[in-house]
Amino acid sequence: MSTLAAPQKPVKVTAPVVNDFSIEIGTINGSGSQTANNMLMRSIFQMGVPVSGKNLFPSNIAGLPTWFTIRANKDGYIARKAELDVAVCMNPDTVFEDIAALRPGAVCLYNDELPVDESIRTDLIWYRIPFAKIVKDSCPEPKLRRLVTNIIYVGVLDWLLGIDLEETEKALKKNFVKKPKAADLNIGSLRAGYEWAKANLQKKDPYRIERLNKTAGKIIIDGNAAAALGSVFAGVTVLAWYPITPSSSLCESMIDYLEEFRVDKETGKKTFAHVQAEDELASIGMVIAAGWAGARACTATAGPGISLMSEFIGLGYYAECPGVVFNVQRTGPSTGLPTRTMQGDIAVCANLSHGDTKHPMLFPCNPEESFEMAGVSFDLAERLQTIVFVMLDLDLGMNNWMAEPFTYPDKPLDRGKVLSAVDLNRVGKFERYRDVDGDAIPYRTLPGTDHPIAGYFTRGSGHNEAAKYSEKPADYKNNMDRLARKFDTARGLVPGPVIDQVPEAEIGYIAFGTSHAATEESRDQLKAEKSIGVSYLRLRAYPFNAQLKEFVARHKRVYVIEQNRDGQMRDLIALELGPEVAKIRSIRKYDGIPIDARHITNELLSQEGK
Amino acid sequence: MATETSAAPPAGERKANRLGLTLPDYQGAASTLCSGCGHDAITNQIIRAFFEMGVPPHMVAKLSGIGCSSKTPAYFLNRSHGFNSVHGRMPSLATGAMMANRNLVSIGVSGDGDTASIGIGQFMHLVRRNVPMIYIIENNGVYGLTKGQFSATADLGSKSKWGDENQQDPIDCCAMAVELGCGYVARSFSGDMKQLLPLLKGAVAHKGTALLDIVSPCITFNNHEGSTKSYKWAKDHEMPLHEVGFVPYFEQAEVDYKPGETRSVELPDGSHIYLKKVDEDYDPTSREQALVTLLRAREKNLFMTGLLYANPKQADFCTQLNMMDAPLAGLPQEKTRPPKAALDAMMERLR
Repeated sequence: MSTLAAPQKPVKVTAPVVNDFSIEIGTINGSGSQTANNMLMRSIFQMGVPVSGKNLFPSNIAGLPTWFTIRANKDGYIARKAELDVAVCMNPDTVFEDIAALRPGAVCLYNDELPVDESIRTDLIWYRIPFAKIVKDSCPEPKLRRLVTNIIYVGVLDWLLGIDLEETEKALKKNFVKKPKAADLNIGSLRAGYEWAKANLQKKDPYRIERLNKTAGKIIIDGNAAAALGSVFAGVTVLAWYPITPSSSLCESMIDYLEEFRVDKETGKKTFAHVQAEDELASIGMVIAAGWAGARACTATAGPGISLMSEFIGLGYYAECPGVVFNVQRTGPSTGLPTRTMQGDIAVCANLSHGDTKHPMLFPCNPEESFEMAGVSFDLAERLQTIVFVMLDLDLGMNNWMAEPFTYPDKPLDRGKVLSAVDLNRVGKFERYRDVDGDAIPYRTLPGTDHPIAGYFTRGSGHNEAAKYSEKPADYKNNMDRLARKFDTARGLVPGPVIDQVPEAEIGYIAFGTSHAATEESRDQLKAEKSIGVSYLRLRAYPFNAQLKEFVARHKRVYVIEQNRDGQMRDLIALELGPEVAKIRSIRKYDGIPIDARHITNELLSQEGK
Repeated sequence: MATETSAAPPAGERKANRLGLTLPDYQGAASTLCSGCGHDAITNQIIRAFFEMGVPPHMVAKLSGIGCSSKTPAYFLNRSHGFNSVHGRMPSLATGAMMANRNLVSIGVSGDGDTASIGIGQFMHLVRRNVPMIYIIENNGVYGLTKGQFSATADLGSKSKWGDENQQDPIDCCAMAVELGCGYVARSFSGDMKQLLPLLKGAVAHKGTALLDIVSPCITFNNHEGSTKSYKWAKDHEMPLHEVGFVPYFEQAEVDYKPGETRSVELPDGSHIYLKKVDEDYDPTSREQALVTLLRAREKNLFMTGLLYANPKQADFCTQLNMMDAPLAGLPQEKTRPPKAALDAMMERLR
């Protein structure tokens, strides 16, 4: 415990710290702490203070340590903050590690049943809480006590931090809207915690939540649910999936929303079909065939599933079948850390499968974009007749995020180049793989089209423009060249980057997905602390368009920020650049914990020699 | 291309079916398989069955995996959409296609390698779900396209072209299908057109998964002395459980129906399969009898053919899904994008 080696100074509390601190709660998974933590996060949100929550959980159902970090920030920074201000220690297995990791001056609340000796850290602010006693007094039924123990620390924190108790009660009622008994039980223990703190504690720390108006109108949702909702409003008709963390909740949310919004009121029949497949090979096969037959089809998976889908994805590319794959990335390789986050599948998804293959990818950075890009992905898949990846990650997919309410999609669905029997009568000729329009996207027909020339044969083997089997070198090359041109067409169809150009800036950041919030915060840190202006290009899709190259050209050094070991996005970018590649540098984080602003800032300063 | 031209219809095949289509409307490209391949005989019976049943070609989805058998969907029903996919994964194609458009008539052609080895998982789950489709296994006990390796349906003791003896018990796809609750399970022989045609028509009339495991000799790699999947062996050993007749719902036909000698199975569309006793009485509606018969066939190495098991009443996958009657693929945006009020209400809930 290195902290013990340094001389410890007793804490001197000076000015209050308002609406700018982080809380970490260490519990045992399966103990019901998730509800308590979400209620605390929601209470702060309802106080009008911007907030974010990150759940660090084990690949386990019950009994292993789990941590939940909440950051409240008046300026709206929602990236994870590495430094902790308040710790709640509930887990005997990690309590000493958790205490040792705290910075001097931090607050530690702990369960009085843990063998903690406060003298080990005289530089902390301690609060000792008798959870067993409080729960015994407030919850008459011994069997239920375990379930409400955790809500007690929320009550204590409400008093300590000045969070309006009514806000937490409101949050609990909302959470247990269909279970009023559970709501009452939790509210009872919440109040008991609050009252105990009020009667027994003396406020010694500087941290406070005060009402702001910075969350009005906003929502709280996780990225998986947002993508699911986006799919439902994009008219998804077929979902085939296989359970895998962290993508399962995307599919389960989608099924819930479909059952709610997409059952015909008159007939009771569904405008969708979903199937839990036997594995990921089957789920992607179902998606590809459903897309081939005209459905808007999707699946969601994570790394191991992506690896299994490889062969079929190549078929989707080569036979030109639409389909959407939500890849909620987790830490690889192999099983890796199934419950930790990473932007680690960029390289594999860009070229998944053998032979020359390329696939469009979309990179949502928050729930709003998860919703919006889900819709965009189905349009793109049908327009381009190919598999489109939507690259979420565990941090976005499974954590709750504060977000702007989603905008209703007013653009009609783009069903792409599909010829009906009427169209076939008009054009008189149909060749499945001929580039008629010069954009390299051919026309297709759907099974069931009542016309003598509608039928064609789809195959993963060599084919000519008329979809006939062919091993002729010229036919093969012609087709592959057209597919490459189609990928160029995609550059103009996928969402372009978001660019914030700082005049005279020498340095540029390139980031994507969940690195966005920390990247923005790092720019502000550099501006405020070092007077360094950094431009920013946020990638929203692959393939890239010309703006990427122009952005690099405008700067002396460009740092690609990403959450993987090998700089996978940097490599993809480097392929586009030519001599400008010398300007590209890399900032990476790959320990499974979401990236934070200080990490980026420190890396930049170190590489800049400052 | 020369290899893609349709064969000319034989004389006398120009009469029209109930849709006004003729046999050539159901033909495909010329086969590129070895001359004398059992698969081509099956292809011809598929063409005939679909023609005589009056299946609209545009409603058919022809699906396959990889292998010699999987090439054959190109050789029938030119007007239909076809999809030759990846090895062993045809069942997932059928499942996806039927979810997208429940009105399609799916026919999948697979082989013993494609189904019993690489694709056995998908095969089992397709059967378990009762996905509406005709699933044909062109079973020759050998990998043809990779030149003569044993497949998982090769019988114990059967000899390869090079004299090696197969050391392992075969996988019996019919027994597996009966076990998994498949509602239409038949075994036949590519050389027995009289039996194959009515069994195929029955498969068209069935509503869930219809499995036909058809022994179809590989003329090049498994037609020698010592093979138990050769033409000679199959011809010498075939033991039909019954004579199979078929009367479609749209035809009135006199059937030589003698109680005690003939059993009748009514199929979901109102068509009937008639099974005339050959030797012992065989009840195709008994799952128990089917499994016992297949076990006996395995133990004594008997080649029993016919309709092994029929249970036409169980709900197929599309029915289980409670989908709209109209194909999901064709639903207009008004049906698939919920109104703005729905999103607004959801946002309110998340505030």
